Amino acid sequence: MSTLPKQNEIHIERLNKSYTQQSAGDLHYIIQDVDLVVKGGEFFVLLGPSGCGKSTLLSLIAGFVSKTSGQVRVGEKEVERPGQDRAVVFQQADSSLFPWLTVRENVEFGLRMKRIPAAKRQEISDQFIALVGLLGHESKFPRELSGGMKQRVQLARVLSNDPAILLMDEPFGALDAMTRRTMQRELVKIWQETDKTVIFVTHDIQEALLLGGRIGIMSAGPSSRITDIYDIPLSYPRDLAAPEFHALYSQIQAHFDE
Amino acid sequence: MNVKAKKGLLHVLFWIALLVLWQLASLIYGPEILPGPIYTAKGGYELLSDGTLLQYIGISAYRVLLGWTLGSLIAVPVGIVIGKVGVIRIFAEPFLNFIRFIPPIAFITLFLVWFGIGETSKVMLIMYATFFIVILNTLTGVMSVEEDKIRSARSMGASEWQIVIHVVIPATVPFIFTGIRLAMGTSFMAIIGAEMIASNEGVGYLIWNSRLFFRTDWIFVGLICLGLMGFITDRVVAMLGRKALSRYGVVSTTSLKR
Repeated sequence: MSTLPKQNEIHIERLNKSYTQQSAGDLHYIIQDVDLVVKGGEFFVLLGPSGCGKSTLLSLIAGFVSKTSGQVRVGEKEVERPGQDRAVVFQQADSSLFPWLTVRENVEFGLRMKRIPAAKRQEISDQFIALVGLLGHESKFPRELSGGMKQRVQLARVLSNDPAILLMDEPFGALDAMTRRTMQRELVKIWQETDKTVIFVTHDIQEALLLGGRIGIMSAGPSSRITDIYDIPLSYPRDLAAPEFHALYSQIQAHFDE
Repeated sequence: MNVKAKKGLLHVLFWIALLVLWQLASLIYGPEILPGPIYTAKGGYELLSDGTLLQYIGISAYRVLLGWTLGSLIAVPVGIVIGKVGVIRIFAEPFLNFIRFIPPIAFITLFLVWFGIGETSKVMLIMYATFFIVILNTLTGVMSVEEDKIRSARSMGASEWQIVIHVVIPATVPFIFTGIRLAMGTSFMAIIGAEMIASNEGVGYLIWNSRLFFRTDWIFVGLICLGLMGFITDRVVAMLGRKALSRYGVVSTTSLKR
């Protein structure tokens, strides 16, 4: 057994992100003193009220924004910039997909950037288009797809680059309840079939409980922290009607009632 | 009768009504002050049969198309660079917003001094008329590329150069296209000004020169030719845009069916 951290493990230590308010000149923390270890292959949900800095934390892990102090490590490497090991699924498919490319071309984007030959690209995109259930829609443009299908494209697009970690920022927030349920179920299935680490941001307790192996509760901002972490001992697929589910729901809900 | 035929009929009726009104007005004011459609048609026939009209249209169209094409070809890359490089933008933006208020016609004398009395000065004037509109539109397009698109490309392994080629430029295409279409309008204004002041041929020259013979009907012929030239080129450009660039989200705004 190796003691080296795995490539899909995330270590966050005393992480701070602040910005200086120009007028006042004092420091405002968006997130303050965040400590977190996400194990390789884990499905971790970040749950917190809107505006608490969940997305900021995700952006810090993705390398989109620079931290003020502290550490973010993926495997042994300090995060300094975006990298192909960390794929991001954005909340808004419309702003992140490339509308001038077809579904297949979107899915092959990362591969094309790496100059992978067309035949190999096709093979890989076939695989992930099938995985997310978009067979038959390869040559459609994003504008011809429904919201749920667009998020499937986003998922296939990042998976085709074989990232170790999936960072998901409320990807199902804009979908209707039915589509959302389907997507949640399929995401769990896809996660089980691959061995990705997932960090999933949401403000929906039910979604957190349906998806997460562990749920980290973030306090309301500013100076947001992860206050509690819950282990969810339920097996997949999870049963909304189960009494254990309800018990956990009430327990977590209590955090936000104060 | 179907909707399309009805619409077509309405169009024909509209134009006939316009011609009738025009003819009536000319009867009231007399053909010297306001030449009617019949009188204008006669004048047009006169100019057509001795070949001058087609020659003038050809010359004006050549100047506009050459200057407009060259101007656009230079303006697009310049606009992308300005939009992409913050340091350049800080200096370029006030300058662009200063110079765009100086109409091309104001430069005619200077351009004649700088580039001579020949074709160069006219083509340069059209380039000037095209240049800043296309730059400003391109620049706006580059600035409004969604951050999520750039971030997702970056985390899929695209280099900064690849991001410009594969994300920024395609996302900017509709803005560039709008810019070059608008520039076509200012190009026509500029060329007529230039031909009125410093030319021996062209539609602008025709309009200006006709005053010497008090041929108001020839002036009307010139005006109608201008309108038709602009209308036709705009339609052709819009159609080419719709055909070739539809995947980038270029839509025709002049299409009769909504």
